[in-house]
Amino acid sequence: MRFDSLVDSVGRTPLVGLPRLSPSPDVRLWAKLEQDNPTGSIKDRAALWMIADGEKRGLLTPGATVLEPTSGNTGISLAMVCRQRGYRLVCVMPENTSAERRQLLAMWGAEIVYSPASGGSNEAVAVAKRLAAEHPDWVMLYQYGNPANAQAHYETTGPELLADLPTITHFVAGLGTTGTLMGTGRFLRERVPGIRIIAAEPRYGEIVYGLRNIDEGFIPELYDGSVLTTRISVGPKESLRRTRQMVEEEGIFAGISSGCILHAALIEADRCVRAGQRADIAVIVCDGGWKYLSTGAYAGTLEEAEAALEGQLWA
Amino acid sequence: MAVQVRVPTILRSYTGGSKVVEGVGDTLAALFIDIDSHFPGLRGRLVSEDAGELHRFVNIYVNDEDVRFLGGLDAKISDGDTVTILPAVAGGSAMMPATAGI
Repeated sequence: MRFDSLVDSVGRTPLVGLPRLSPSPDVRLWAKLEQDNPTGSIKDRAALWMIADGEKRGLLTPGATVLEPTSGNTGISLAMVCRQRGYRLVCVMPENTSAERRQLLAMWGAEIVYSPASGGSNEAVAVAKRLAAEHPDWVMLYQYGNPANAQAHYETTGPELLADLPTITHFVAGLGTTGTLMGTGRFLRERVPGIRIIAAEPRYGEIVYGLRNIDEGFIPELYDGSVLTTRISVGPKESLRRTRQMVEEEGIFAGISSGCILHAALIEADRCVRAGQRADIAVIVCDGGWKYLSTGAYAGTLEEAEAALEGQLWA
Repeated sequence: MAVQVRVPTILRSYTGGSKVVEGVGDTLAALFIDIDSHFPGLRGRLVSEDAGELHRFVNIYVNDEDVRFLGGLDAKISDGDTVTILPAVAGGSAMMPATAGI
């Protein structure tokens, strides 16, 4: 395949069967390999759509500064697209973000503003909103509330899945900004009667929830529960176990959030087997495992890996 | 046999510090009323009295499935089930301090 530039090659990722993880010939799992995007994650789709939308609406003009609370894949994707289009990118992230991640963002050209570690991700969002108010000429794309995030999946991920797997019965993805589930979910619901849209939600260690006041929770503005069939909470042990299974049995070296998604998919697959129903279950592989090697997720026993993840937002 | 309820750190002031408490009830609503009789005030943090539904920023799971997709407070509960209470947080593949992707 030939493209005019790197950003033109976003999307159209492979869908591969998981014959060893599928429970039966009638209940099959399929993985959409989003690590095949230019910067190695599904976030390239949302980043490109949010930037293009900002340009279309006249918010982004040559030399503009883009601002976003992110320490992860969205930042890397935005940095790549912004560099190609001539925008400056400022990422707000908690100060305890790993050195590896800071280097990746800096390499792709992002500038970094730190928020207090104690406030976690909610605080990074708050700092970004404050910066946006101080710099009215900066453009915060705000992936949690930007409809272009979900629209990217409505226009690309959904159609790609349906074209490659017309017999699809289930779509399983992770619940973060909710963009993937909302966009792909809406597209598939409009075209596939009875399709089940399953959210896999990472369940972190107690420390992550410990400081949260229950009245000050965070729900992304994009989230619309009516798009989902159900939502399954998956802990670190199951996520790690499935992440390892994916590479051991199918040769797919994925990040930990993909293990979380696979676990929810296997629960659904098991339900289908017991009910005697045929199923073609599409799961999202969000990114490769490279960025998570230093977490210890892939080395030692599962118990050791689980202990290493305690207190971290691992997906 | 009863139902085990996992309580997040922020709400353990209502359970005398207990991480897991037990209760009985055929539905989530009945379970919360039973638990509130042992740990007064806990139910008020989970259920909005006016609307008669779960507080917006509280997520509750029965055997790892979100109860909002199982009928909410009318969700059926059986002996041996595990109910988990968690606050809604920003996270999941979107924002992560130390490790995670995205």
